[in-house]
Amino acid sequence: MMLRTEEMILNVGPQHPSTHGVFRLILKIDGEIIQEATPVIGYLHRGTEKIAEGLQYTQIIPYTDRMDYLSAMTNNYVLCHAVETMMGIEVPERAEYLRVLAMELGRIASHLVWWGTYLLDLGATSPFLYAFREREMIINLLNELSGARLTFNYMRIGGVKWDAPDGWIDKVKQFVPYMREKLHGYHELVTGNEIFRQRVTGVGRYTKEEAISYSLSGVNLRSTGVKWDLRKDEPYSIYDRFDFDVPVRDGGDCLARYECRMAEIEQSLRIIEQACEQFPPEGPIMGKVPRIIKAPPGETFVRIEAPRGEIGCYIASDGKKEPYRLKFRRPSFYNLQILPKLLKGQNLANVIAILGSIDIVLGEVDG
Amino acid sequence: MMEQWLESTPSWSNIALFFGLGALLLAVVLAFVTYGILAERKVMGFMQGRIGPNQVGGRFGLLQTVADVLKLLLKEDTIPKAADRPLYVLAPIIAFTPSFMVLAVLPFTDSFRFADIGVGLLYYIAVSGLTTIGVVAGGWASNNKYALLGGMRAAAQMISYEIPLVMSALGVVLLAGSMNLVDIVAAQKDVWFIFAQPLAFLIFLIAAVAELNRTPFDLPEAESELVAGFHVEYSGFRWAFFMLAEYVYLFAMAALVTILFLGGWHPVAFLGWIPGAVWFALKFCAVVFVLIWFRATFPRVRADQLMEFAWKVLLPLSLVNIVLTAVVKAWFF
Repeated sequence: MMLRTEEMILNVGPQHPSTHGVFRLILKIDGEIIQEATPVIGYLHRGTEKIAEGLQYTQIIPYTDRMDYLSAMTNNYVLCHAVETMMGIEVPERAEYLRVLAMELGRIASHLVWWGTYLLDLGATSPFLYAFREREMIINLLNELSGARLTFNYMRIGGVKWDAPDGWIDKVKQFVPYMREKLHGYHELVTGNEIFRQRVTGVGRYTKEEAISYSLSGVNLRSTGVKWDLRKDEPYSIYDRFDFDVPVRDGGDCLARYECRMAEIEQSLRIIEQACEQFPPEGPIMGKVPRIIKAPPGETFVRIEAPRGEIGCYIASDGKKEPYRLKFRRPSFYNLQILPKLLKGQNLANVIAILGSIDIVLGEVDG
Repeated sequence: MMEQWLESTPSWSNIALFFGLGALLLAVVLAFVTYGILAERKVMGFMQGRIGPNQVGGRFGLLQTVADVLKLLLKEDTIPKAADRPLYVLAPIIAFTPSFMVLAVLPFTDSFRFADIGVGLLYYIAVSGLTTIGVVAGGWASNNKYALLGGMRAAAQMISYEIPLVMSALGVVLLAGSMNLVDIVAAQKDVWFIFAQPLAFLIFLIAAVAELNRTPFDLPEAESELVAGFHVEYSGFRWAFFMLAEYVYLFAMAALVTILFLGGWHPVAFLGWIPGAVWFALKFCAVVFVLIWFRATFPRVRADQLMEFAWKVLLPLSLVNIVLTAVVKAWFF
């Protein structure tokens, strides 16, 4: 006798511990095997781009903080970079160094949150607390710099808002060896763990071609063997002055993405170390910026390497104080597109492993 | 001591005594659960760079669990409309009762025990298997998809891991020549079975962790996947019963590991002057600590890997262990 079986619709989210925010996933499952996955997004949509059309350029900066709230510095930068490119503003050297330091610290903090929550998703509780302990130090450093812990609103068109307080550079210098030591501990605890490796090896695999056709960027692209990092390939700011590597893996699976991110923390530490060495002792932190910022008519698109991939900013201006149209290319949104394809035919436990490895931030997905 | 009472003529004083002793054991177990949970939170806090409970009941949080349980008692008793009501109410009781029943056969010292039955080990394993029914029933009756998946996983996992658990314990039974837990401890007077049966010990420990639904085998209640697994719809004291069952099993399993492999109340070489109860408590605490340590360290395995591990690794290994033990025992003793 054949048993009558039925497919079941399982609704994951928008309130679920592992969707990292208000992400919803409708899964059609047969037992524990996924037949179809439909992502539902938009629960955190705030219309940033539309709001920006009514704001002056400087006023838009706090809104960018709230897109990818785990790495607000890169978001700040991409907007300022776009406006500076349009207006041809020179940014003073000291400000550039402060920006790079802030962005790289932010990148480490962002990857730490990812590392901690990813292992929490996989059922290990301790790494989360270790990661947040180290992240707290970074947040404190950035707090001293900008006066905020998460939504920094630090960069300005033509420079940065605040100069580094006395002794701040030394604190950053001290942080680098501390973080290296802790990173070593992370590898000892997690990377070699057999259970962990079994959970991530070969899971959520896609090829180089698929990654490119889905417009993936950042670690999601580099984990398939494509060596593409805008800091190297289209250097912006002062990234051409630093000596660092672009970590690439060939696996294309969750393990490859894990290894890439962990290696990126190391590279960011190298950049921070060099930036601290080269940091100009004196100099202005704001360039020559007109009192009223008006981008000349025309359009521009700039892109930079955020922790989650390429973040782009497109501005169309008709010469007013406000942009005519402003659009962000938000990497999480693009990286998420491949999820339904990856989930098909997978075990239910792998959903979390795959979704976590993509590393999305819902504030950025929903815009 | 217990046998004399059991065989004596029934009288009111006897009955009062039995109830009194039963209540005493319940109190001991509840005290363990209370402070076991606190210890777990404190130890995990220590391992994770936190402090852990430090507000209720002095700076060590000595009354934290008491406060938590009181809170659970005060919570509204909610039952989902679509739930299978009788089964939903019954499930936590089915899950909890066996966990307390198994304590009867555990000998804590050579004189303090409640039932000295010939097949103590078999009784333990048979009765503890009943809890699975409560878990599956709870998952099913909740009428929630996450709970259903959690219940199914629980059933698959507990049934699969019971087999290596029993098989590895058979090595001990072969050496001791008895299923009576007192005899098993007595047989370890010279050599603890952890040294005579290292492979069995490892298999038993792994299977025990799986039986207890603890990390890395906490799939039935995998928070990050199934939200809370089989007890997702339970709240208040019904939920507390599931948790209570879990921690009583932790107590029972740690005691069983102590009895089967760590020599029960037998002292370490020169330290015979320390009473057996203290030795038992020390070994017991060490086992509990290791289980907490696991929880703070490991990620969770995946459902299919879990099954593969039980059937393809643990079971063959435990069979090999039985054969080896039998051969060694037949030829050398």
